[in-house]
Amino acid sequence: MDIPRDKLLEIYERMVTIRKFEDRVHNEYAAGRIPGFVHLYAGEEAVAVGVCAHLSDADSITSTHRGHGHCIAKGVGVNEMMAELYGRATGACKGKGGSMHIADIDRGMLGANGIVGGGVPLACGAALTAQVQGSGAVAVSFFGDGGANEGTFHEGLNLAAIWKLPAIFVVENNRYAQSTSVKYASAGGDIASRAQAYGIPGVTVDGLDLFDVYETAGVAIDRARAGDGPTLLECQTYRFYGHYEGDTQGYRSRAEIEEYREKHCAIRLFRDRVTEQGLLGDDELNAIDAQVADVIEAAVEFAANSPFPDASEVTTDVYVNYEEVI
Amino acid sequence: MGEERTMTLGLAIREAIYQEMERDSSVIIMGEDIVGGAGSDEPGAEDSWGGPMGITRGLVGKFGHNRVRDTPISEAGFIGAAVGAAATGLRPIAALMFIDFFGIPMDQIYNQGAKLRYMFGGKVKVPMVVRALIGAGVNAAAQHSQSLYSIFTHIPGLKVVIPTTPYDAKGLMIAAIRDDDPVFFLEHKTLLGEKGPVPEEPYTVPLGKAEIRREGSDVTVVAIAKMVNVALSAAEVLEAEGVSVEVIDPRTLSPLDGGTILDSVEKTGRLVIVDEDTPRCSLATDIAALAADEAFYSLEAPIKRITAPHTPVPFSPTLEQAYIPSQERVVATIQEIMSV
Repeated sequence: MDIPRDKLLEIYERMVTIRKFEDRVHNEYAAGRIPGFVHLYAGEEAVAVGVCAHLSDADSITSTHRGHGHCIAKGVGVNEMMAELYGRATGACKGKGGSMHIADIDRGMLGANGIVGGGVPLACGAALTAQVQGSGAVAVSFFGDGGANEGTFHEGLNLAAIWKLPAIFVVENNRYAQSTSVKYASAGGDIASRAQAYGIPGVTVDGLDLFDVYETAGVAIDRARAGDGPTLLECQTYRFYGHYEGDTQGYRSRAEIEEYREKHCAIRLFRDRVTEQGLLGDDELNAIDAQVADVIEAAVEFAANSPFPDASEVTTDVYVNYEEVI
Repeated sequence: MGEERTMTLGLAIREAIYQEMERDSSVIIMGEDIVGGAGSDEPGAEDSWGGPMGITRGLVGKFGHNRVRDTPISEAGFIGAAVGAAATGLRPIAALMFIDFFGIPMDQIYNQGAKLRYMFGGKVKVPMVVRALIGAGVNAAAQHSQSLYSIFTHIPGLKVVIPTTPYDAKGLMIAAIRDDDPVFFLEHKTLLGEKGPVPEEPYTVPLGKAEIRREGSDVTVVAIAKMVNVALSAAEVLEAEGVSVEVIDPRTLSPLDGGTILDSVEKTGRLVIVDEDTPRCSLATDIAALAADEAFYSLEAPIKRITAPHTPVPFSPTLEQAYIPSQERVVATIQEIMSV
């Protein structure tokens, strides 16, 4: 599948933005400037970007606790993302959501999600809206190998299959559900083959290879748009940081992490390929690197200089309308 | 003037759904066996159920399978899909049969549907209705007879509605469908056959407004769901003894119309709450606390809560009757506080 040059540049820019955003959040968190729990997506960039490169704002995605990458891939602005992590009034959710609940409905980003597997039925619902309205939109649910063991995964796949919903289920198999290996927690070998039980295509993808993700997701998304129903994609990937910031990671070796960082970095693999094939040049890629570095720096400045929400905001946005007379 | 049209509470709900689906193409309904007979080759299988009580029969013929969908028995799947559909532009009604089944999709409501708006800083609406049967009285035993409305009332982001008359059922359902927040519309099994006047044209009964079912001056009784009828018959008995009982039907548990309750307590000086749910952390306890906080100096007697015991709902008819708050308990309790 040939990817247009503009799209290749956009893909690279999005992947680098995710990486630099997450590396910076890692440092900001360590410095004590970001409160709460944070789960970083660095290493998995090719999955979110390779899938979302096919989507427009009219298409929906649901995400996970590790959601920053999905947000950036779907076009959520990094200023409001960083401000949200900082808990500021200018954040994507006015400081009410934090890292695990960043959302942007106008971009079709239906939220990071603190509940493993929680987004799968929500994506079915977004796909149902598209089907009922005949809009041609699709919905993608991203979740991890841990999420694939939730009941919501099985209920969602069955529902989407019987109704032929325009949905794509993307398992980001990063080999560890928190500290627990997929080898221990997931019966039946690969996760993609679970699709057979529901009579839908199930495909295993090298999730570190942007081109493999892009091509396979494109087929699944075209199929969904054509009304032929859902697909399960298992993207085999790896997270560079721990499950959460502060994770001591006793469940995997330093050597394993280093091997992935050095030999299986999705951004490095992409860059090598596009330059070797003469699709993009080093100069323009370096320019993107520099430009993204500025964007991330500006996002941190924006966040750090933004006000905290007023205490009166505690009680707003619970309902659209709630008239309780006491 | 023709005769006033009457219908059952169940059919009033159907008419509300029908009229709203006719008015607004973004309203859809889905749930377990709400059509019935899906996938059967049997002649006449289609629409053979219309839900466990037949309430949704006839909808599929008018609105088609795109908007009227039988779901698999897959509560987390379709309740969550209703949340996702509501967040992206539809107004789904999700019919869950029995409230007892809510253990399965609970996450999709209490962590997703109820919270999306808040977590996203007010940037999403979740206009959905969850329909479920509640209540004891038909020997359906511990997993098909619970009330549980206090659980949903507890959760910020949800609204909770319980109609007790056919008129209110239609008006509250239309209001619930048009509401932009997630609404639990709970139907007491033993009230679905109640008959009463229901105007033909669409109308709304506002959420968050209680109704005074009977005016009185000596004691305020706040009664929930079927307990409204129990309280009204107790009031008849007490009237013969010269005790004047005011009966309030909150109709909506969240938002709660505390103003109507407190005004009444200030007038009567006495408060009894009759609640079929179990007593701990219940509506009865909540309303008692409200009166203790806000109307303490008007009270002439202790607040009394008449509830089910802190037990599961038993099966045997004699046990179940002992479980459900009775007219006799209401009468005896009011007699006790009238003598204070």
